[in-house]
Amino acid sequence: MGYNAQVTITILLFASVAAAAGIRRLEMPIEPGDTVGSVRDRLVACRPELAPFVPNLMYALDEEYVKDADPVRGGATLALIPPVSGGC
Amino acid sequence: MLIRVTDQVLNTQEAIAAVESPAAGAVNVFLGVVRDNSLGRRVGFLEYEAYPSMAEKVMREIAEEAKTRFGLIDCAVLHRTGKLAIGETSLLITVSCGHRAESFEGGHWLVNEIKKRVPVWKKEVWEDGEEWIEGPESLGMQPPAGMRA
Repeated sequence: MGYNAQVTITILLFASVAAAAGIRRLEMPIEPGDTVGSVRDRLVACRPELAPFVPNLMYALDEEYVKDADPVRGGATLALIPPVSGGC
Repeated sequence: MLIRVTDQVLNTQEAIAAVESPAAGAVNVFLGVVRDNSLGRRVGFLEYEAYPSMAEKVMREIAEEAKTRFGLIDCAVLHRTGKLAIGETSLLITVSCGHRAESFEGGHWLVNEIKKRVPVWKKEVWEDGEEWIEGPESLGMQPPAGMRA
């Protein structure tokens, strides 16, 4: 088992965010100590078109709402959740 | 408890049957339907997108909470996704309980919580454009720069 094997996280994008990025799903390498916020910051650094959405985003890690400071683990799924508008 | 996110037409009778109980004195049915106007614009149709697995999970959590809070016997929550024409049902909620007051209160609370927490998004498509409706800033408040496609 190689310690150099890259550990990744899956990121899901929806609605306006997916439209702006032109992608709905991507993989990103993560590093020890990464949090929701640090992963988000690296994502925005390579996809600056996402920056305007950040103030309004919520996050879900493996389908649970989480906060910026929460840790992320390899293999997890991080969803960027714009303000929801379901119902009617 | 019937919980479903689907791109198929929602069936009211199925949702009523799902909550029926001999102990029920009331079954309350709520349909959220697609309106032909929004803030003065004529809406052509709506498109709903969901994070389906999480949406069902959150809908189930909200439904469980509603049962406890309002003493409901059962409830069903169904949300449709995809392209919906004017008049079609996007959200279907049924609630059964012993007495009518709790059925109205529980149903009302369910709708509000679903609109707040469930990862579903609505896109309005007009004759001359379209827009993802996201949160209260879409109700006439100023969005952050660059927010609008």
